[in-house]
Amino acid sequence: MNRWLPRAYLSIVYALLYLPILVLVVFSFNSSRTGYRWGGLSLQWYESLFNNHAMVQAMWNSLWLALAAATVSTLIGALTALALHRYRFRGKRVLNGMLFVVMMSPEIVLAISLLALFLLIGLQLGFVSLLLAHVTFCLPFVVITVMARLSGFDERLPEAARDLGASDFTMTRTVLIPVIMPALLAGWLLGFTLSLDDVVVSTFVSGPSYEILPLRIYSMVRVGLKPEVNALGTLLLVFSLVMLMLSQWILTRSKR
Amino acid sequence: MLKVRQQPFKTAVLALVWGWLLVLVLAPNLLVVGTSVLTRDAGSFIALPVNLDSYRRLLDPLYLDVFLHSLYMASVTTLCCLLIGYPFAWALSRLTKPRQTLLIFLLIVPFWTNSLVRTYALKLLLATNGLINNALIGLGLIDEPLQMLYTEGAVIVGLVYLLLPFMILPLYSVFEDLRRELLMASHDLGAGKLPTFIHVVVPLTLPGVIAGVMLVLLPAMGLFFVADILGGSRNLLVGNVIKNQFLDARDWPFGAAASILLTVAMAVLLLAHKLSERRLGNGESKP
Repeated sequence: MNRWLPRAYLSIVYALLYLPILVLVVFSFNSSRTGYRWGGLSLQWYESLFNNHAMVQAMWNSLWLALAAATVSTLIGALTALALHRYRFRGKRVLNGMLFVVMMSPEIVLAISLLALFLLIGLQLGFVSLLLAHVTFCLPFVVITVMARLSGFDERLPEAARDLGASDFTMTRTVLIPVIMPALLAGWLLGFTLSLDDVVVSTFVSGPSYEILPLRIYSMVRVGLKPEVNALGTLLLVFSLVMLMLSQWILTRSKR
Repeated sequence: MLKVRQQPFKTAVLALVWGWLLVLVLAPNLLVVGTSVLTRDAGSFIALPVNLDSYRRLLDPLYLDVFLHSLYMASVTTLCCLLIGYPFAWALSRLTKPRQTLLIFLLIVPFWTNSLVRTYALKLLLATNGLINNALIGLGLIDEPLQMLYTEGAVIVGLVYLLLPFMILPLYSVFEDLRRELLMASHDLGAGKLPTFIHVVVPLTLPGVIAGVMLVLLPAMGLFFVADILGGSRNLLVGNVIKNQFLDARDWPFGAAASILLTVAMAVLLLAHKLSERRLGNGESKP
């Protein structure tokens, strides 16, 4: 089989995937106001971004939310993965199935169901409703990440700990947690990114008291072009790149 | 012999997980099913009596048109992703391991980047006075700018752009498992390239295809912001209808019924995925 044809094909698809991102980054340094023509280098959009108080506030809100959602979902997700891995219990298949369905179901279905729940129980839409929703959609991803790590793990270690008299809790703390640590970090980073990126679910379950970044961006880009969005997008891109490289580094280093 | 002893840790963990899933997944979905058979109410969103009016209204020509158009755009999106992604995943699986790792990394970088910002970036390219039109006019290929933004095509381009990695990753994983000996065996038994492809490669990669279709087709009907930013008012997705009913028109029963439409679509696709894996007989052996 020809060698260069598949490679040329891969290159073209990658070029198309990265073209819009490249344009975004380049135009974030554009001094022209119209947004479509190059008018020289400038950092003015970054400046106006950080002078925009509502925007900076939304950034902080999003950051706190993502930190909290990633942490809570990692905690619950890791415990779930451990339980699924170690214990036999009734309804294990159902639990697995539910997590799978949460991951597969369209975000909008999850979004309206949570909105209905929050209104029914009279929960004020804001930080708490956002947190509950974000943890729910991050959970399956954390469980999968941790399960993958556990599946390649020497079963004799926890048994040895148990034989030496360790309780379940002690064994988990001293044997299992260190083993799954890289997966915990990777799962945390994934949850953080998913939370920071979410538009669909947040549109439904956020209230005026807690404005977050994706919704702020959404209201900006619905009408016309806003050069500040280029600058913001570039910052988010750099941020995600750092996070992703961090998580890859953690996972590959731990394999040695 | 196992000692029977109290396991407070196990009980606590299971209670936490089950509690979370029952309260935040099962109960809300039951609520949506309940809402869909109630009547719209101005004050408290929903009221008795129970009826199937919302489901009947799904067949109203006005909405049926929107749904069919959304299904059409989602299907074209899925087909495009499959046509681009299938050879892509195959080519990827033939590279050396370190190269594969690097290219997979490059594929998921966009996935980790804000999807809204990426949709907006497409707008920069597609707008009437955007970069593509400027380039084409600059090259003298066209005189008048093409209308690309706010068209059906723009929505499909946006959806393909956002969802392509979700098609490629499951396909890549089935191609990685595809054993070369099987292709050689087929060749040795006298089958040509095309028969080998149809009778060996396609059946073996089918679970990946169905998984990819599931991961693309459903979001392609739900990602309302893509239609909002790139499609204008005439190219709506099912997601836009659901969002409008819940947040603007305040007709919850109808919005709930539309959302159940998506859930049913998901159930059908999940079933197809399970059947295709069972036919290959590896549904159990693979975790």
